[in-house]
Amino acid sequence: MSDKILEIENVTVSFEGFKALNQLNFSMDTGELRVIIGPNGAGKTTFLDVITGKVQPTTGRALFKGKNLRSRSEHNISRLGIGRKFQTPRVYLQLTPRENLDLSCNRHKNVLATLWGRPSGPERRTVAGLLETIGLTTKADIPAALLSHGEKQRLEIGMLVAQSPDLLLVDEPVAGLTDEETENVGNLLLTLADSHSIIVIEHDMEFVRQIARQVTVLHQGAVLCEGSMDEVQSNPQVIEVYLGQPEEDDG
Amino acid sequence: MTHTAATNLPLAKPRKLLWETGVIAVITLICAVLLPFVLPTFRLKFLGRFVALATAALGIDLIWGYTGLLSLGHGIFFALGGYSLAMHLKLQIPEGELPNFMVNYGVAKLPWFWQPFHSFPFTLVALFTIPALVAAVLGYLVFRNRIRGVYFSILTQASLLVFFFFFKGPIELFNGTNGLKTDKDLIFGVLASSNQAQLVFYELSILCLLLAYILCRWLTSGRFGRTLIAIRDDENRMRFSGYNPTGFKVIVFAVSAALAGVAGALYTVQTGIISPSTMEVPFSIEMVIWVAVGGRGTLIGAVLGTILVSIARTLLSEQFPEFWLFFQGGLFLIVVTVLPDGLMGWFKNEGPDQMRLLLGRPRKVMTYPSLAEDPEVEYERQNLRN
Repeated sequence: MSDKILEIENVTVSFEGFKALNQLNFSMDTGELRVIIGPNGAGKTTFLDVITGKVQPTTGRALFKGKNLRSRSEHNISRLGIGRKFQTPRVYLQLTPRENLDLSCNRHKNVLATLWGRPSGPERRTVAGLLETIGLTTKADIPAALLSHGEKQRLEIGMLVAQSPDLLLVDEPVAGLTDEETENVGNLLLTLADSHSIIVIEHDMEFVRQIARQVTVLHQGAVLCEGSMDEVQSNPQVIEVYLGQPEEDDG
Repeated sequence: MTHTAATNLPLAKPRKLLWETGVIAVITLICAVLLPFVLPTFRLKFLGRFVALATAALGIDLIWGYTGLLSLGHGIFFALGGYSLAMHLKLQIPEGELPNFMVNYGVAKLPWFWQPFHSFPFTLVALFTIPALVAAVLGYLVFRNRIRGVYFSILTQASLLVFFFFFKGPIELFNGTNGLKTDKDLIFGVLASSNQAQLVFYELSILCLLLAYILCRWLTSGRFGRTLIAIRDDENRMRFSGYNPTGFKVIVFAVSAALAGVAGALYTVQTGIISPSTMEVPFSIEMVIWVAVGGRGTLIGAVLGTILVSIARTLLSEQFPEFWLFFQGGLFLIVVTVLPDGLMGWFKNEGPDQMRLLLGRPRKVMTYPSLAEDPEVEYERQNLRN
């Protein structure tokens, strides 16, 4: 058994000739927190799509804990232990935060178990604990549609954790958040990193600096370079394709 | 209606359920016991039909209101239930004889698929299992291939036409467009159109509606119900949470079809005829209108909508026979533009507030009930004002 939780081997995804991912190789250790950055169109979201089964690789393969993910459907991959948070928060608006979490927390997700099953005591406690962690206890029983954008982001991260996945894929968790909220989400992710493997995709460089240990830079569907934040920042190629511009904007 | 603070929920829920049970029990008793004495037989028959139709409406509400799949083909399942029972009634003839119309068209031997309908228990099971199976197969093929939204609606409507021609085509098998008339047939030795039998059908319709309501209520509460709502709101998200929506949708579609089948059977014996006209497009759309008027996503709304629209239809058709369809179209327009959530939706959401506003007593607006009702917040608010 390798202690690699995720291995991507020579994956190419081509949409009618356009290669969103091009011979991508990537691997990640169990328990790692990895940040993936890259300019628009670098293939970051397609990368997550391949892992979660939304898109099938044209060539190459993706292994999760040594198991090939090809031709597994999304819900199967999710049940293996991969949770995904989407770019824009996707929570069930007509349900309350408590119900949202309960659905994710449900251990038996087939039809009959859902029909006959009642939320068990431990599950209810997990949900109550999560509501506290994401700071939504007071709003636990109002429809999620009434939550603010930041609260929805936190709720969706909560839903992800409720699934108790081994690998969390988090796509732009702080888009549209205030600085304070951003820091909260950062701390939340760092806490989660103690017990989960996490991949974070992010544009916000401040935020990346806050949480990053290991950074991977994607460019034109392939890995441009990998290393610590400082190494990546001083890499001339990276500065050329990506970091140069945001730095100037900041100044 | 406001949400009470989180701590009150465990208490508030059973009390609410008790209320609901009480109200429904009273209404059921009034309809089942009192109305047969009060209403003239002629009117009672109409009500019995509407109650049967309401069962089908509950099915539509389950698949459309809760799961978000607009089926425009429920006429299939309604007709399948209706034909099942009608075929059984047609076979209440001396051993070895054939139903009249078959003799007229020169059929020598009873077709094989008519044979099992000799048996009453078989018919009883068939009238909801056949529609459920057809729906399950159709649903599985459609949902597995992730066909959704308007494409699902179009597919159901196309299936409706297929079944329409299937029942209309071979005249010696189902008597073509004339359909099967049941009013001259016997059921347990009693003429199906006699007052005695009709009263039994009326009571059975009420019983079936009650059972269907309880079934739907159970399905839509708890985790299963929340799963359906989640599928309606964001099906793809469900997949990434580890749920496979296909199974859920197939089950709901099948249950919904079974309800339509039961409704079809009860409606057939009360009107005395089942014909391919129940598989014409307008009837399936009408079912959807009942639910839209009453309020989709509320079970009471589906029942109420069916009965109100059907009563309106009967009264209007008696006065101006040719105007009903205009009225129905207008009704749909009004509901879509003015009451998008139907009567029950209006009553649940903005209705009471609008009424209070009209009466000059607007309600105190709360942004977050559990915060606004917080004693500390309340204290602060009062002190700030002083």
